[in-house]
Amino acid sequence: MLNIKLEKRLGDVCLKVDASLPLKGVTAVFGLSGAGKSSLINMLAGLVTPDSGSIALGQEWLFNSEQGINLAVEKRRTGYVFQDARLFPHYKVRGNLNYGNKDKDPVHFDRIVALLGLESLLERYPATLSGGEKQRVAMGRALLSRPRLLLLDEPLASLDAPRKRELLPYLQALAEHLAIPIIYVSHSLDEILQLADRLLVLERGQQVACGPLQQVWDSQALRPWVEAPAQGSLLLAEIGEVHPEYNMTRLRLGDNAELWVSGRLTNVGDSVRVRVHSQQVSVCLQRPEGSSIRNILAVTLAEIRQQDEDRVRLKLALAGTHLWANITPWARDELGLTVGQTLFAQIKGLSIGAEDIAPAHLLKRFS
Amino acid sequence: MAGAALTGGLRLSDLGLTEYEISALLLSLKVALASVAFSLPVGIFCAWLLARKEFRGKALFDSLLHLPLVLPPVVTGYLLLVAMGRQGLIGKYLYDWFGLSFSFSWRGAALASALVSFPLMVRAIRQAFEAVDPGLEQAARTLGAGRWRVFCSITLPLSLAGIISGMVLAFARSLGEFGATITFVSNIPGETRTLPLAMFSFIETPGAEAQAARLCVIAIGIALLALLASQYLSRRVHSARGTEC
Repeated sequence: MLNIKLEKRLGDVCLKVDASLPLKGVTAVFGLSGAGKSSLINMLAGLVTPDSGSIALGQEWLFNSEQGINLAVEKRRTGYVFQDARLFPHYKVRGNLNYGNKDKDPVHFDRIVALLGLESLLERYPATLSGGEKQRVAMGRALLSRPRLLLLDEPLASLDAPRKRELLPYLQALAEHLAIPIIYVSHSLDEILQLADRLLVLERGQQVACGPLQQVWDSQALRPWVEAPAQGSLLLAEIGEVHPEYNMTRLRLGDNAELWVSGRLTNVGDSVRVRVHSQQVSVCLQRPEGSSIRNILAVTLAEIRQQDEDRVRLKLALAGTHLWANITPWARDELGLTVGQTLFAQIKGLSIGAEDIAPAHLLKRFS
Repeated sequence: MAGAALTGGLRLSDLGLTEYEISALLLSLKVALASVAFSLPVGIFCAWLLARKEFRGKALFDSLLHLPLVLPPVVTGYLLLVAMGRQGLIGKYLYDWFGLSFSFSWRGAALASALVSFPLMVRAIRQAFEAVDPGLEQAARTLGAGRWRVFCSITLPLSLAGIISGMVLAFARSLGEFGATITFVSNIPGETRTLPLAMFSFIETPGAEAQAARLCVIAIGIALLALLASQYLSRRVHSARGTEC
């Protein structure tokens, strides 16, 4: 495990983190700017010294204030990908990649270069690269130093939307191939959904939640940051078959519940995580007939939560998991909803697209 | 004779220079080069301390370094005489233990030049170090490089243009050094009579205005050459990096 127990005073904010993370998988650190996200990973890298606490990576102390241990930055072997890439301008891409590459194993070098698509960039100087290319080189450079822990500080934040889309598959490939803990700092829930297995939420330095993504997503911890239209449920599913006639794919949610989503997903049998926007889920008392809506799921009403004066959130139990629906207070009163009741949830097939589906790599890796 | 070695076959006397002028010119170059060569490592270290470290007494240290820039050169020369002369506070031991003497020798001229040009060199190098993004140094350390490797592979190459300009400034200042030199090591032909001292001697001599003017032209020529060389070098440093960054 990577055990982190730290305290650090940062101006008028006191950063306090107590987390235990597995030695594999991506943990996203989420919070607004000034919440202490970057300070946290700077302390993991050794660039900032905590006031007190300890960091243990497996059996080794990286930092322990009681025993007076503070391993030097260069001895920690933490790969760090900075928001602004920080490539060395006087080295070519190849020189940058090799800067921390001690064993010079050509097979490993070629593997990383291929994984990040850097073949054509090797002889160029950083000044001639695009933002996305720079970040890919920065990732390669960090990986070639054979880190025991990979830290990514908002690697996509300085890029425009097309570049983000270009880089995301590379990050997903990293998450899938690396057997080291990855800490991914971000303030974008979309990125987190696509990449992370676990989520640590910081609010003004305080750790308000830490746990598996699904669990934190369902909890109240993220509520303050998620606008009502962006609220959603995360469901685990397995890719089924593509419709023989239409451009849609069936996802199996388990217990003969299924979900048709738009687009073609061809990796049949792969596990994926699906986000269903709460605003796109409606409920009926009887199974509706003659509806355009493709997904009609029998659910049990588990909880009714008054969100604000415009919105009521319904927690619907389905195939061992939960689906959230946002409805109006008027609809709630007219339907006379009570907890335990059986309802039919309707989800438009068009409301779930590629950006809502992410590979659930960890599950695949460990099953 | 030494002139032939310096210019690769072309004798300085072929340029129409007199033996006297050649002697002063070569001595000036020797003194200035020695001054820059010996003060450079110390200068780089002091510049790095000032640019990257916080310590008690930093402001005082900075001021002391700058002192030769604002002191009258004759004061610097006098202090050198008191400290480094053969009977001086430090010079006595240097002579007794190592047989090293600065008095009335070109080594003393080089020491005086080094001291007077030191603040200029340190200022230029310090600015170059400060212009290097500390984030790059941090990145290098996360990649496993210790402080010394970070300095040699990141800080130093990225500030090379500034270091070159610091060296040229110090070189030019050394060539022009007059007050401290004449106070410390006097004006001895062939030993401590550099270009400015030679020019001063001509000006003091009635009817030698023409010779003084010739030396003046030589001094301007060398200064121009040094500046051109520094521009060429720093352009090479930048073009080795693809484009400007």
